[in-house]
Amino acid sequence: MTNALDLFAQVTVNGIAVGTIYALVAMGIVLIHKATEVLNFAHGDLLVLSAFSAWALIDLVGLPFWLVVPLVAVGIGVLAYGIDALVVRRIAGQPQFAGVMLTIALAFMIRGAVSMGFGTESQSYATPWSGRTTEVAGVAIADLSLVITGTALLIAGGLWLFFRRTRLGVAMQAASQNQLAAHLNGVRVKRLNSLVWALAGVTAAIAGMFLAPVTLVDTSLWLITLKALAAIVLGGFGSLPGAVLGGVLIGLIEQYAGGYMPDGFRDIAPYVVLIAALILRPRGILGEAHGRRV
Amino acid sequence: MRFDYHTRYAQGFALLRHPSDWLAYGSLLAALLVLPLVASTYLVGELGYVLILCIAAMGLMTLTGFTGQVSLGHASFVAIGAYAHAWLMAQGVPFAASVPLAALIAAVAGLVVGIPAIRVHGLYLAMVTLAFAIVVEQVIGHWRSVTGGYMGMVVATPRLFGWSVGSPRAFYYVCLALCVLTLVVLANLMRSGLGRAMTGVRDSEAAALALGIEVNRVKVGAFGLSAGITGLAGALMAHHIGYLTPDAFTLLLSLDLVLMVVIGGLGSLRGAILGAVLISLLPNAVSALKSLLPTAMARQSGLEIFVAGLVLALFVLFEPTGLNGRWLKLRALFETFPLYRRDTFRRQKTYMKSERNR
Repeated sequence: MTNALDLFAQVTVNGIAVGTIYALVAMGIVLIHKATEVLNFAHGDLLVLSAFSAWALIDLVGLPFWLVVPLVAVGIGVLAYGIDALVVRRIAGQPQFAGVMLTIALAFMIRGAVSMGFGTESQSYATPWSGRTTEVAGVAIADLSLVITGTALLIAGGLWLFFRRTRLGVAMQAASQNQLAAHLNGVRVKRLNSLVWALAGVTAAIAGMFLAPVTLVDTSLWLITLKALAAIVLGGFGSLPGAVLGGVLIGLIEQYAGGYMPDGFRDIAPYVVLIAALILRPRGILGEAHGRRV
Repeated sequence: MRFDYHTRYAQGFALLRHPSDWLAYGSLLAALLVLPLVASTYLVGELGYVLILCIAAMGLMTLTGFTGQVSLGHASFVAIGAYAHAWLMAQGVPFAASVPLAALIAAVAGLVVGIPAIRVHGLYLAMVTLAFAIVVEQVIGHWRSVTGGYMGMVVATPRLFGWSVGSPRAFYYVCLALCVLTLVVLANLMRSGLGRAMTGVRDSEAAALALGIEVNRVKVGAFGLSAGITGLAGALMAHHIGYLTPDAFTLLLSLDLVLMVVIGGLGSLRGAILGAVLISLLPNAVSALKSLLPTAMARQSGLEIFVAGLVLALFVLFEPTGLNGRWLKLRALFETFPLYRRDTFRRQKTYMKSERNR
């Protein structure tokens, strides 16, 4: 009986570890969507880019891990700022579908550029925590998973404080609620939106750099966008706490489906949950209900 | 210069407005009919594939362009059509019966996906269809008894009324016939009451409802019709590929179809066809481009996807009405030659319009 319990505990821990990564990615997408109403399909490709850049800096250039993390995070942040300031801003006012198409186009371009610049082979790099495990109450946890979970929770907490306590955060909230009203109150909406993109880019970079050692540095990393979408929908569209909750839930569901259900269910479970959530409760767990406006 | 001077009511919604259009489209059709007699077998095979993609793009256009329902998962209907057709052929159903049956099966699947469309819209619908496509891909991979799983499945040689149409030339004519049939059916549909109802649902659901259109029924019906046409393309594609594996119907095919529809120009059948032709020619153009680049860059594999993304981005930013819009502008330039004003087509200045509370 203890065996079954052990398995359950192990699966749960794995689920939370994977889930916090989904939460981190989901938070980035929600940030951008809340501010600019663009659903960023290129988010996963920023992850890919950051993972490959980190690999190149660590394995090819030989920089230490601790230097690479801020370097890549800032680099991706600047890139994301530029993407909004130069490209995405131009389609403000067009239907939502235009934003979807534009970010898909950007995703293609980033993915193409990455495989042209870094090659198409999978890579991997070492972190200070690679290969080490800690045992908590009989359950083995990879140190890297602990670090990832800790980082994700730290970022979530940091964002929460940022949006509650700082002028910039409050201005971002105002702009996301009503751009025109915020603009009339002296908020520089355009620059703020680009800053939100930069912020989301930084979270994507961190997620990419910590996720890549767990899986592999590979262009297929972008598929995590789809799981993050499932997390966002489950948690409630446009809610940051919802994104965290949804991410962890999707991670758990995926791991439970892999552990207890027949082969193949692990891969479709997040999407089945997404469809079910949208049909049964489109506003998600923590989302706000909106009336339908004509 | 040409004036739309109507003397009869029916002229207002004629299939082709001007006699010269009959000449233009007639000569295009004649050229397509004669082409296999002069072109190489390889080229004819590729053209057949372009025609199949045209059918699929018209299927997606029915949904996204005419009814305004976004779908990022149309590859699933291509897959359902292809597998249904291959399975029916393996059970001994003749080609002529199997193709419509496969389209019907895909249409039923489309109706099933269309039911959520009553409850969700916009981005949410895009995500439902995306998730559906991924689920379908996985189901095909694991349902070994019918689909052969990841091992794949052989498609039987098509025979039509006793003749084999397996050769690229013969199959090209099958594709051409079905493509023209689809085009004529859709063009006629779009000038019927049902087509107008679909356009109405796209432009304003509230207004359509107020005019007595059953919005939900139109939406679900559009899903079924679109999936059926896409399934038809899938059935033909099964023969083009020859050996079905789930890898042929991934997310990339879905996105390619969306690319065709958007680059072609939403809301026009001409756009669907132009977009399908452009996107299917893009890999060839890129490989031609590669010979101009330095070898180190040319050997990398990311260029195709980069160019596809670049083309899409440029269209979204600078020509949101797509190839069809560009075509209409060019035609207006020539028809009204000295009097053409660019401002005729200038977009109105728009402000950020929230779709959050829609």
